[in-house]
Amino acid sequence: MAKAKIVTAKEAAALVKDGDTVMVGGFMTHGTAHTVIGEITAKDLTVVCNDCGYENQGAGVLLHKGLIKTLIATHVGLNKEVAEKYNAGEIELKLQPQGTLAEQIRCGGTGIAGFLTPTGVGTIVADPEAPTTLPGVQTINYNGKDYLLEPAMRGNVAIIHGFVADESGNVRYKGARRNFNPLMAAACDITIAEVEKIVPTGEIGPDYVETPYIFVDYIVLKEDAE
Amino acid sequence: MERSEIKPYIAKRVAKELHDGDVVNLGIGLPTMVPDYVDPSVKLTLHSENGYIGLTAADPDHPDAEYITNAGGQYSGIEPDGMYFDSAFSFGIVRGQHVDATILGSLQVSEHGDIANWIIPGKMVPGMGGAMDLLSGAKKTIVAMEHTQKGNPKILPECTLPLTAKGAVDLIITEMAVIEVTDKGLVLKEYNPEFTIEEIQAATAAKLIIADDIKPIEE
Repeated sequence: MAKAKIVTAKEAAALVKDGDTVMVGGFMTHGTAHTVIGEITAKDLTVVCNDCGYENQGAGVLLHKGLIKTLIATHVGLNKEVAEKYNAGEIELKLQPQGTLAEQIRCGGTGIAGFLTPTGVGTIVADPEAPTTLPGVQTINYNGKDYLLEPAMRGNVAIIHGFVADESGNVRYKGARRNFNPLMAAACDITIAEVEKIVPTGEIGPDYVETPYIFVDYIVLKEDAE
Repeated sequence: MERSEIKPYIAKRVAKELHDGDVVNLGIGLPTMVPDYVDPSVKLTLHSENGYIGLTAADPDHPDAEYITNAGGQYSGIEPDGMYFDSAFSFGIVRGQHVDATILGSLQVSEHGDIANWIIPGKMVPGMGGAMDLLSGAKKTIVAMEHTQKGNPKILPECTLPLTAKGAVDLIITEMAVIEVTDKGLVLKEYNPEFTIEEIQAATAAKLIIADDIKPIEE
């Protein structure tokens, strides 16, 4: 039987190296691994997340500490520090439609090189020259209709948040905190799962595991967890 | 019309576009008022793009209350028959045309149904969130907005702001009019009897085609 490594937040955070691409789960800080995020010290990071949270909250903690070089997100309007740092030339910012970003990550974890989506045709996200657009996008006419060819995305480290993990590393989520977490878990070389509780293997049960242990390398118990 | 009456008036008219069983995604602001005006016999399923169907108002007594949040990050609720899912699944629902209608506000709409509602260059850099996906994926897009921005037309021959989607809008509902986007152009279907057709055209930079069966907006 497999056993994931249960580590401290500090040990987990040390797995993130300068210059890494780090995927951070969560949606407006709900479902973000706050304990691990708070311990990260590596810099020049490319951070992939939905929204960069709020000022000094969620993935916004990494921004506040000046650890982010490039931010890839879908919506950053609720963290005013993003615009401040972007306008000051301190960070690079790439904005992707939410469904496109989710699918890029899903493809990254499942061996799909890219996909054709109707989202964003004729907009700034179709323009690879635009400063906020990720490189690699192409407009392709397929079966008489225009689509964007969007490439898959992978990262070095995924920092995900789950409700419960078993000792093997199987993870289950709760409520709307699932969001990007299971997608990111499959799309990175190393996956760290911060969870609210750890139970003996078997207690979640194969019918209810949502992210299998084969995607999860390290488990961290959330700070203040019961 | 008093300013305070405008949003409820628009929301009430939008509510008539929704049918029993529809899966609906509501944008922020005015669109979130629409369910309050839907006939009680009409049961809607609200899609919350951050990861579930069955969105309701927040229920502090729900055992999982702290885990239920909407696409704005605020606490919300879920119907007993709802379901949570991940973000890829959520937008699979959207792009797969399983959402019957999306209702959202806008800065500008063109006569081709192009919509610009996510950024004013030089101001903030908000990001498009899920709006581009919803616009290209939902079966029907209803723009619910005030007809003008402080008297300046928002319905234009071409959008001047960066687009959120091309040719995505089906229907525009304002405090002045109900306008359908067709291959021929914008068709004025209904009008608020407080305004004349001339006044509505004057507040619209794009040319309006008057429907043969034009009628007043029913209250």
